[in-house]
Amino acid sequence: MRRLTSVAHRLLGLLVFAVLVAAWWLGSQNSLNPFYPPLEVITQHFRDNWLFERVPGDLVPSMWRLAVGYLIGVAAGAGLGMLIGVRPRLRRAVTPVIDFMRSLPPTALIPTAIVVIGIGSSGKVGLIALACVWPVLLNTVTAVANLDVIWSQTAKAYRISGWRYLRRVQLPGALPQILAGARAALAVALIMVVVTEMVGSTEGIGHFVIQAQRTFALADMWSGVLLIGLIGFAINALFVAVQRGLLRSHGPRGTTRS
Amino acid sequence: MAADATAEARLPAVTRPAGRRAAAVRHRTEPLLVVLGLAVLWEILTRTDVLPSRYIPPVTVIVPELADLLTTGTFWSSFGATVYSWALGFVIATAIGVPLGLLIGSSRLLHRATSVVIEFLRPIPSVALIPLVVLVLGAGYQATLMLVVFACVWPQLVQASYGAQAVDRVGWETAVSFRLSAWQRFRRITVPSASPYLLTGCRIASSIDLIIVVTAGIVIRTPGLGNEITLAANAGSFDSMYAYILVTGIVGYAFTTGIAAVEKRLMSWRPEFRKAH
Repeated sequence: MRRLTSVAHRLLGLLVFAVLVAAWWLGSQNSLNPFYPPLEVITQHFRDNWLFERVPGDLVPSMWRLAVGYLIGVAAGAGLGMLIGVRPRLRRAVTPVIDFMRSLPPTALIPTAIVVIGIGSSGKVGLIALACVWPVLLNTVTAVANLDVIWSQTAKAYRISGWRYLRRVQLPGALPQILAGARAALAVALIMVVVTEMVGSTEGIGHFVIQAQRTFALADMWSGVLLIGLIGFAINALFVAVQRGLLRSHGPRGTTRS
Repeated sequence: MAADATAEARLPAVTRPAGRRAAAVRHRTEPLLVVLGLAVLWEILTRTDVLPSRYIPPVTVIVPELADLLTTGTFWSSFGATVYSWALGFVIATAIGVPLGLLIGSSRLLHRATSVVIEFLRPIPSVALIPLVVLVLGAGYQATLMLVVFACVWPQLVQASYGAQAVDRVGWETAVSFRLSAWQRFRRITVPSASPYLLTGCRIASSIDLIIVVTAGIVIRTPGLGNEITLAANAGSFDSMYAYILVTGIVGYAFTTGIAAVEKRLMSWRPEFRKAH
């Protein structure tokens, strides 16, 4: 019964979504305003561009940079955070630096990187990674520092220390918060991918939309905007699935719901 | 007597006032030492050209440059433009997101009906809309505002809706049986229950807000600190470019710590904020 109502609720949500898309479709059908082409035309251009003509040239490089930069950033943030979090004195000493770095909008470094390192792919990956480090680092440090005292004392009583303590106690205990940081970093990573390509690139999805806008290929531009939106939705959904799996298999007990 | 002495010795050092004071001093000085140490390291690495000083000037060049900038009108107008866009965007996004979120969160039906639409729209990076906004609104500050509002409405809306769902049932039913008016219930029950969520929404929104304002300056070249960074980079004047980046970071730091302080103050009545950190 409960299952049935939850399906019904899901259907209601989907129905509202479908109604809005239909309204856009019908409302734009006879649109002569060049800025807002009919949705039908946009989907045609979407098909022409992204199934799959421009996928190898524009989409794959963007996604590759996103994946590599993001994973490097998250790994570095979590690793550093585990080291800093368990040392209260070090943690207090570096907190203002971490706070400063996470408050600095990461896009502010893009013009510098373009001039100094050029517009190559490795510079972009580096920037994406750098932007992802801070939210993960901050969350990991806080999580590790606030780990349940009972855990650390039990571990001490059983003489679990060093690498095993880190892997068996610290990492699972901090995992929910590390993942929360990683989710925030994902949004930042996508912003960085798009913006680095808009400002200094010759390929990629960000480059495509800005180029389409400059050449007034507006239906193409809309198709690109739509694609970026879909990517945002898809990687977020993927992240939630991975997060759920990780927490179930490695997280602390009783937190699988988050 | 001897027993007393051992008991005294067993007390941890920090509970003694002198030890506590020393620790407090250490907590204040050590972060400063870290910052100073990093500055000195930067200075050495750039002066010895380990880092290319052509592109990365030493700290002792950047800081005087920043001091010079502070006397120019360009600096203050771009600084003002950034802060103005940030603040206005924040106010608009809050004014839209919070009431909508509270409304959605307090009605099951609305919550379910809107869930798919919100889940779909929320992860869309607002920078994807840059080309569209430029076409429709031009490269003025309205374009920045539009992007900021689109980016910041979602965290505000989602947190407000969590907040409305977290309303204390017993408190609510008590209020109903005491025949409090709808406004009184809202004021006395809903707002206090939802307030931690609302503040979380503000915290998330304020940092996204600044990212978008600076990004708009860099990509669309709307007046502001982002635009000045790009101008300085293109002109090859790296001293002022780093000075502007430094200022941008300081603005961000001020917003982050400012909001954290407000949160701590407003939430001091809640147990989870009471434990000393």
